[in-house]
Amino acid sequence: MNPVVELVLIFIGASIVNNVLLSQFLGLCSFLGVSRKVETSVGMGGAVIFVITIASLVAGLLYKFVLVPTGFEYLQTIVFILVIAALVQIVEMFLKRYIPSLYRALGVFLPLITTNCAVLGVALKNVTNGYNILQGVIYGIGTGVGYLIAIVILAGIREKIEHNDIPEPLKGSGIVLITSALMSIAFFGFAGVI
Amino acid sequence: MMKEDTISERLYNGIIKENPVFIQLLGICPTLAVTTSAFNGLGMGLSATVVLALSNLLISALRKVIPDRVRMPAFIVVVASFVTIVQFLVQGFLPELYKSLGIFIPLIVVNCIILGRAESYASKHSVVLSFFDGIGMGLGFTLSLIFIGGVREILGSGAFFGFQLLPLADKASGTMGYTPISIFILAPGAFFVLALLVVIMNVVRAKQEAKGKPLSAAGNGCLSGECSGCALSATCSGKTQAVAVEATKGGESA
Repeated sequence: MNPVVELVLIFIGASIVNNVLLSQFLGLCSFLGVSRKVETSVGMGGAVIFVITIASLVAGLLYKFVLVPTGFEYLQTIVFILVIAALVQIVEMFLKRYIPSLYRALGVFLPLITTNCAVLGVALKNVTNGYNILQGVIYGIGTGVGYLIAIVILAGIREKIEHNDIPEPLKGSGIVLITSALMSIAFFGFAGVI
Repeated sequence: MMKEDTISERLYNGIIKENPVFIQLLGICPTLAVTTSAFNGLGMGLSATVVLALSNLLISALRKVIPDRVRMPAFIVVVASFVTIVQFLVQGFLPELYKSLGIFIPLIVVNCIILGRAESYASKHSVVLSFFDGIGMGLGFTLSLIFIGGVREILGSGAFFGFQLLPLADKASGTMGYTPISIFILAPGAFFVLALLVVIMNVVRAKQEAKGKPLSAAGNGCLSGECSGCALSATCSGKTQAVAVEATKGGESA
């Protein structure tokens, strides 16, 4: 297959067909927690794209040039989680010092992402799927974009239904989960596109 | 009232009083992703129980050695090591289960229940108690996963633990029977079942409060986005609260 076409397919597959939140269930905590307003959810989505892209690049490089040559592939889980935790701290410090405008937009969301399983999930999936580094990065960006799409849609719906008359026990997370279920059904329509 | 900090109290606490899924709503990602059948729920739950008990044991044994400032990375290394061991054991001895749980076995590392117990219990209590705290929490998690997996399996395929409970309808031969609601073993069904669970727990909570016997508070880290109740807030540099974020954002736009 044409390598460019392959990359496009990886991107579409990760962002829409196998949406990270609605069909893979990775990173749900922040999906349900930070989706009250569209504005905040865009910030969170942006931060996720940013971190996943860098993390999949760094994890890919480490796996290929450190873990495989030394025969320590089985340490991938430990290495990846430590790298991600350190990376988020470094990115935060770097942005604060050198790109304060971006830090103001994304900074507050960065620490939330360390424990977001989507980041570790992408790093591990890149290995299990046998992606090379470029494919891994594209998969990471696609996953991040999928996260952004889903969380912005959910936040939009939540803003709309905020003042509706919802039965008392459903208020809060109940109605959000039902909304996610309906969105998940809608995203099922993309299954089989690729 | 049971006495604080005995082995049986720890088990009761983990399984019933502070059940990680039903009461605290923690560990939502694996709860939704792997509960397509009761057996998968059991496998995931037991893997997490082993990691919980052993990492609680080791962290509690090392609690006086680990300096306070690097405790989070140290906890993560301990948990990740046990997860790797469990991952290889499952892969070696239960390859079928490994295939269906897939990436969620290594992802036990970021399960907030495990780091949460390490931070809030094992780093402050004795080795034996911490071990049984891990067992109790793990069994509570396992039972919840079996329950959710069972509901989804029964509705979605009429079976329980692979045993066909409800005879299936067959259009071709005209047999009467159960027509599976297959959406319940697909992704949307997970959200529906969890939503139902949240609703039931809200009703129970309101009833108990009316009786003057309130349940333990929900760990509000996950679903509400508030960090204050989250045991992991230390890894968040202790400053990010999604609620505060929304407040400042709202302030800026106003």
